[in-house]
Amino acid sequence: MSFNVDKIRADFPILQQQVNGKLLVYLDNAATTQKPKVVLDALINYYQTTNSNVHRGVHTLSMQATDAYEAARTTCQKFINATEAREIIFCRGTTEAINLVAQAYGRNTLKTGDEILISQLEHHSNIVPWQLVCEQTGAILKVAPINEQGEIMMSEYQTLLSSKTKIVAINHVSNSLGTINPVKEMTMMAHAVGAKVLIDGAQALAHVNVDVQDINCDFYAASGHKVYAPMGIGFLYGKAAILEAMQPYQAGGEMIQTVSFLKSTYAPIPQKFEAGTPNVGDAIALGAALTYLTKIGRENIHHYEHELLDYATQQADNFPGLRIIGTAKDKISILAFVLDGIHPHDVGTILDHEGIAVRTGHHCTMPLMEFFKVPATVRASMAFYNTKQEIDELFCALRKVQEMFE
Amino acid sequence: MSQLGEQLRDPLRELYQEVIIDHARNPRNFGTVSNVTHHAEGFNPLCGDQLSLEVEIENNKIKDAKFKGTGCAISTASASLMTQFLKDKNVGEAEQIVKEFIDMLTQSPKIEHPNLGKLTVLAGVHDYPARVKCATLAWHTLDAALKREAKIASTE
Ligand SMILES: Cc1ncc(COP(=O)(O)O)c(C=O)c1O
Repeated sequence: MSFNVDKIRADFPILQQQVNGKLLVYLDNAATTQKPKVVLDALINYYQTTNSNVHRGVHTLSMQATDAYEAARTTCQKFINATEAREIIFCRGTTEAINLVAQAYGRNTLKTGDEILISQLEHHSNIVPWQLVCEQTGAILKVAPINEQGEIMMSEYQTLLSSKTKIVAINHVSNSLGTINPVKEMTMMAHAVGAKVLIDGAQALAHVNVDVQDINCDFYAASGHKVYAPMGIGFLYGKAAILEAMQPYQAGGEMIQTVSFLKSTYAPIPQKFEAGTPNVGDAIALGAALTYLTKIGRENIHHYEHELLDYATQQADNFPGLRIIGTAKDKISILAFVLDGIHPHDVGTILDHEGIAVRTGHHCTMPLMEFFKVPATVRASMAFYNTKQEIDELFCALRKVQEMFE
Repeated sequence: MSQLGEQLRDPLRELYQEVIIDHARNPRNFGTVSNVTHHAEGFNPLCGDQLSLEVEIENNKIKDAKFKGTGCAISTASASLMTQFLKDKNVGEAEQIVKEFIDMLTQSPKIEHPNLGKLTVLAGVHDYPARVKCATLAWHTLDAALKREAKIASTE
């Protein structure tokens, strides 16, 4: 199937609207993506025809809801090529998935002096949960450094790995810079010293192929809202044997087998980690989003997004007074930058005035901003519904910003 | 239409007036005070803007006020204009101006603010709710300094 961006844009109702009198140019896809009509329809359809609690009733709607919920789980499994559907645990998103692993795995296995290794590229949500578990267990947080391009320095990473390293937690793709990390190689190196590996896939799922068997990571965390699905849903992938050996994270209904006041026993995975009534409607909508992406063709999407990145990077390289932050060889379609003498917030306000939505700030990566010695950046993050014309509009507006400050 | 008329109708120009751009590019009173009697740190956790304010008060009168830090044009210009405006005001007047200034940005930009003089160039920020905290950071910090609060002033 050939890639037709006009046809794709028509699938996203929000893109048809004006902001500040101009047709919306949405370049904040790393923060959250827009939702295609099929996803919105899946939500409405679920609540209009199926809404019911899952895994509980014998009545028709409850069984239909359970089937649809479990079908969504299988869609997620296939999308990341996990071995089994029960290795997918639905949760609120990447943040909750990482906290689940930090508490249900880390807190129960780490001892004083053990090490957790992350990188300088991490989002706060792949830093703070580990700091918390370090406080709880006496484990130590280590940080693999990056080079000026924004790539993890593999020799330093190797040096930091040792028999003390018990958990390695790295993002697949950096949200601030777009760097794609060599997670397969990094996982292999971590396994060689006996560490378990969690990959933060929040930024990756929509923009690169994810094959958890090929990566061979132990955990993979993702957020639905960054792959064109609603907010409030995401998943944790974990290898079945590891999930089975873990203690529950939260306790309550849904996650038990039997309850008595003496002792309760837990349901098998994945239910063991899904205490309480789950977010059925949004899980189904997540399934619809992934099916939609598969239909368009992930190769087509990635190819087109790469074209957009090359186009934007070329313009940025020729733009006086602009410095790109993050120039890794392997990148997704994120262009982060600063303009000489103009603070990113001022850039953001003026771009907004032109109907262009970008993110400005530290992007929940304050240690990374410190590394590049900038307080903040402007980040244009592109998705497959963006166009070269929109990128032209971005740079045209950036010229206006400079004129305003002349 | 004259160029000036053109400019005044541009809402972005109302926000980024020449005076503001000037103070952002060449902030006045950027630095430290030699005989500090009051000081406070300001921080906006949302955007990472930070500001350190030093004040010298003698006989209830502000003799000097200077600031340092990083921030956007709005927050830098606001701090610059504020430190200029404060000189030779007494503490009671300064406290009143803080109240009135914050009020102008959050409540009533359109009514007259004769006490604020040149500071009214920042009134346009009222129309940009996401930026109000940028403009008020220096003022919250001043408030904390005058109250001799040891804690960090925060916009959150
Ligand atoms: C790399 C990365 N990790 C984790 C997160 C947190 O995701 P969520 O807020 O959906 O839990 C984000 C979101 O910005 C991210 O970009």
